[in-house]
Amino acid sequence: MSKILLAHGSGGKLMHNLIEQEILKRFANPFLSPLADSAVFSIGKQKFAFTTDSYVVKPIFFPGGDIGKLAIYGTVNDLSMVGAEPLYLSCGVILEEGLETEILDKILASMEAAGKNANVKIVTGDTKVVEKNSADKIFINTAGVGIIKNNRVLSTDRIRKGDKIIINGSIGDHGIAVMSERMKLKVTFSLKSDCAPLWSLVEKILGVSNGAKFMRDPTRGGLATTLNEIVARTNLGILIREEDIPVKDEVKGISELLGLDPLYVANEGKAVIVVSPEAAEKVLRVMKKDKLGKESRIIGEIVETPEKVILKTLIGGHRIVDMLTGEQLPRIC
Amino acid sequence: MKYIDEFRNNQLAQNLAKKIDRTVGKRKIVLMEVCGTHTVAIFRSGIKSLLPENLHLLSGPGCPVCVTPNYYLDKAIAYARLKDVIIVTFGDMLRVPGSSSSLEKEKADGADIRVVYSTLEALEIAENNPKKKIVFLAVGFETTSPTIAAAIVQAKKKNIKNFYVLCGHKIVPPALEALVNTKELKVEGFLLPGHVSTIIGSRPYEFIAKKYKVPGVIVGFEPLDILQGIYMLVKQVTNEEAKIEIQYTRSVQPEGNPKAVSLLNEVFAVTDSDWRGIGVIPKSGYQLSDKYREFDIEENLPVEAERTKENPGCLCGKVLQGLKTPFECPLFAKVCTPEKPVGACMVSSEGTCAAYYKYGRT
Repeated sequence: MSKILLAHGSGGKLMHNLIEQEILKRFANPFLSPLADSAVFSIGKQKFAFTTDSYVVKPIFFPGGDIGKLAIYGTVNDLSMVGAEPLYLSCGVILEEGLETEILDKILASMEAAGKNANVKIVTGDTKVVEKNSADKIFINTAGVGIIKNNRVLSTDRIRKGDKIIINGSIGDHGIAVMSERMKLKVTFSLKSDCAPLWSLVEKILGVSNGAKFMRDPTRGGLATTLNEIVARTNLGILIREEDIPVKDEVKGISELLGLDPLYVANEGKAVIVVSPEAAEKVLRVMKKDKLGKESRIIGEIVETPEKVILKTLIGGHRIVDMLTGEQLPRIC
Repeated sequence: MKYIDEFRNNQLAQNLAKKIDRTVGKRKIVLMEVCGTHTVAIFRSGIKSLLPENLHLLSGPGCPVCVTPNYYLDKAIAYARLKDVIIVTFGDMLRVPGSSSSLEKEKADGADIRVVYSTLEALEIAENNPKKKIVFLAVGFETTSPTIAAAIVQAKKKNIKNFYVLCGHKIVPPALEALVNTKELKVEGFLLPGHVSTIIGSRPYEFIAKKYKVPGVIVGFEPLDILQGIYMLVKQVTNEEAKIEIQYTRSVQPEGNPKAVSLLNEVFAVTDSDWRGIGVIPKSGYQLSDKYREFDIEENLPVEAERTKENPGCLCGKVLQGLKTPFECPLFAKVCTPEKPVGACMVSSEGTCAAYYKYGRT
């Protein structure tokens, strides 16, 4: 009898198989099937986005954030990635018997601050308590609704050969920050999770050009997984250049130490943006002016063949960047 | 970044690639990188795309998880099923299939199996769970075995009575001798493992050059290290020399790390050892020495493992010896994938098949 393994939650191939073969088979519909960050639908003439996400990160406090902040920004970002302005969230918390109220209070305060910062309101919620060992301290689920103005469409359907791929800064910060905290790595460095709400950046990009065609936040599974998802949905290929992909020194160092590849490490405040070649420079300029986009770079482009993600390495060689298999880092969001 | 980007310099890499090309000329040369970390580094940096087509790099038996035979895993699984046992392991072992299960599946079934990055974490687990028996899966080459030895010494010092190891450590040089004695294999030079050699130095390999006239270069793991190592090796091959050279001088001394070596000699005793696919190689493994036998779980808590079964189609054994490439295995990428691995070489991130699957399919 087959069983659910931790690797089924890693964001890699096993999880995609689980979703496509077990979940989509029962629930497929035009809103769910594109497997976008949010479902997009209309009521009357107005377009909306709707999404949900559960947060089980361990440890619940890490450099640069905590599970509460993540639960707000993660859902806000899933709405932002389809071009929706985040408005309202729901919040369900599952608490483990024995959790200190002081810790809960700290997390709620962090959620309150994050909500204000992202300009969203929690408008409905639910609280449950389970027996000791039936949950790990606290799990949070948030769902969110956002509004899509001007009938904007951000979709892989719009992607064409020659489009540029932009990222708004260094990769792997979140995953490595959480991992270092979890492993109590006794290294002193200033690395923090990049956990941040992306709507204000997205709004500026959409305001300056219609050339942005698709966005996704490369969370679990990292940049490599997001790029592979684009390839799978478009039947086009992607060429990225290692020298152009921003990676912080701390992330490089810890990744080398742990045998991880930063391309697969999670981010919580990054967006991969596919943009037409004509609009690329303009979009890049506006991104660089935003505080979440100072380090924005064009890291590669859409190519016709091969239908894979290919990396041009620093030494000038080429290699495939495949989908993550198994589990690289457990419970990072 | 200091010590990373410097070793990935594009111009230097291109220059080395040109020198290699000129040295090799039209000759066909077959080299073997013994170490799994080299296999992965070669793929990750795209080195093969810079090398001439008539220079072949074979992958060797240098992935510790891959050479661990099925019955070791079956035994570990049998221990995992015992009620008062906590299995502690490095992550790579989790997904390796045994005869009918894997530690990953046992974990989903409720076995207490914990992944650590350091042996000292295993000691902590032992101290925090005094009523349980902690079984550390001690696999790996001379890179890993000193850290296990250190943990065992520590356990003895702290009088931790519930810490045990299931000892499956392997020693690299005897495996190289087995490879050069394999008639079908025509390897003209070895890229030798940098980290193992940091511990044991270069001398334990000398016999390969002297007795068998096969050259070797101890190589670091950055792209420029590897390119330079290949260059040094093809120079020896074309000059018909056979020496053991050190490219990785910033880490490796000819005499190795004497402190680590004496720790190994204290805690372990050399024994014959079974390598997956290759069979028993004399004096190629470690068991605990008499002084530390009390930490051997097999001595303290014998367990019945299931009868070992191997998938007859799996070519891991041949792949580990460089006799076949993963592409020649009928299961590769069809029945055997990283999600549903048949053989160990598809599981470990350093396994040859996993590396070919991840980076090598074009």
